[in-house]
Amino acid sequence: MVHAPTLTKAGTSDAPSAEPSRRRRGRRHRGEDLTKILFVLPAAAAMIALFGYPVVKNLLMSLQDYTLKTFFTGAAPFVGLDNYVAVVEHQLFSKAMVNTALFTIGSIVFQFVIGLALALFFNKRFALGGILRSLLLLPWLLPLIVSSATWRSILEQDSGILNRSLAWLGVIDEPVPWLNSPSFALIAVIGVNIWIGIPFNVTLLYSGLKEIPGELYEAGALDGATGWNAFRHITWPNLRAVASVLLMLGVVYTVKVLDVILGMTGGGPANATQTLATQSYERSFIDFKFGQGAALSNILIAISLVFAVLYLRGTRRAVDE
Amino acid sequence: MHESQLRRTVYTAIGVLILCVMLFPVYWMLNASLQPSGNTLTASFLPLDPSFAGYRRAISEQGDNLITSVIIACGTVVLSLLVSAPCAYALAQFRSRWVGIGLLAILVSQMIPGIVIANALYTAYENLGLLNSIPGLIVANCSSGIPFAILILRSFMVSVPQSLVEAARVDGAGLLRAFVSIVLPISKNSLITAGLFTFLFSWSDFLFALTLTTKGGVRPVTLGIYQYLGTQVQNWNAVMATAVLSAIPAIVLLIAAQKYIAAGAIGGAIK
Repeated sequence: MVHAPTLTKAGTSDAPSAEPSRRRRGRRHRGEDLTKILFVLPAAAAMIALFGYPVVKNLLMSLQDYTLKTFFTGAAPFVGLDNYVAVVEHQLFSKAMVNTALFTIGSIVFQFVIGLALALFFNKRFALGGILRSLLLLPWLLPLIVSSATWRSILEQDSGILNRSLAWLGVIDEPVPWLNSPSFALIAVIGVNIWIGIPFNVTLLYSGLKEIPGELYEAGALDGATGWNAFRHITWPNLRAVASVLLMLGVVYTVKVLDVILGMTGGGPANATQTLATQSYERSFIDFKFGQGAALSNILIAISLVFAVLYLRGTRRAVDE
Repeated sequence: MHESQLRRTVYTAIGVLILCVMLFPVYWMLNASLQPSGNTLTASFLPLDPSFAGYRRAISEQGDNLITSVIIACGTVVLSLLVSAPCAYALAQFRSRWVGIGLLAILVSQMIPGIVIANALYTAYENLGLLNSIPGLIVANCSSGIPFAILILRSFMVSVPQSLVEAARVDGAGLLRAFVSIVLPISKNSLITAGLFTFLFSWSDFLFALTLTTKGGVRPVTLGIYQYLGTQVQNWNAVMATAVLSAIPAIVLLIAAQKYIAAGAIGGAIK
């Protein structure tokens, strides 16, 4: 109300009175620009401190001989690419790479396929559907270390419920050493990670299914497209955008998984479940070779970046078409 | 008509079955936590003779750690929301070419592994004396809280009508006052949702707890569980009781946030 007369005057006025009003507005704008910056400043500072600084620091550390000694002497001489050479030539590197690939591909494929099947199922209308679907989120919300502990008790070799049930059903004669044998441990860890990731996949795919207009199916039904044909020609093409985001996020989130593996196996037995992430952790925080740990984690970022770029190029091509 | 009703009942039955399979581990955690002490897992399918020995032990051994986790999670929520809310509003309502850059930065930040942040913060905290401290863990946990809170709050604040803020401005309120007295109250539900999720992220944190503490003083409960698992597990009932106690926030969130997400959606629809 206070400003109303000023505004009318500025709107209808002659030159002399317009001049001070414009200046006043100019000053107010400058003050407002400052306030606007203050809105963003804390978050910008936090993002720089929590993401920008770590990335730069890791790049530098990976080029330095940064060890426990550095904390006492302050000296971290630059050693070029020595850390990268050391981690790549390490005897566990190729194993960690293969395990990371198996862990990531195995987790994502099954999470996606099971997630899609469940999303299609919950897309049908039936009593309690909404409640059941939201309860399904629980495995995703549990702290990863809680899930790891629970699954360790289930997979326990001698008295875990899984082996006891399988023996009772007559599927196995001897208890399976799920977490104690190098040939089973990776499979067990991937299985648990699939269980954790299914709810997220269901949720995203379900929201993608809800976006598909019902008329498409009605029109398709007239042309005889039902069941599998409807899925192939209507559902899947319309779901591809969501699916590709989901797969890209899946790779980005899965290559860096650490909690589940540390909680389940700690990288063992006999290094059977070592991945780039667990190796990076061990190099930095067990061996205190921070330079090598940083080099490994930079390789992880590079892998994520490659998939993000592939995703962006894929979506751009899709838009061009 | 009758046939489709039958089919729906069958669907509901299948849905319940799927849920039972998916949530069996959660049930098993609860069941195992109610078994009498012992280092073997001879639990039967139903806790017919429930024992609270596991919980007694969990609370006496992990009680302090649970309190530490609560303090850290609450601190993370407060700090994350204080930092995120104004920024989310700016990204939702200000017209600037920086908005796109800001959003891109937030998305790119999701690609950075926690171990990268832990590496850098460990060396920084060593110099700043923040290792083994609650403030240190609160700041580290904000790395998951802040980007998520900004995205959630922004998606809500996009739909805050600008006319409301402008009306307050005409009455002489500054931008900040209009934000505090108009935007924040309308955004209550999204603030609660973002706060609950931030609490959960921080509560679940294991990586920073593991790397940014070097001695016993400050120990969140996730680290307590990890140490239980470290050697041959002696008392599964105590481990599982701790796991159940640590799962409570997730269960509360699942029930409470469902309501708030729905409330937020309805609130947006009415406007």
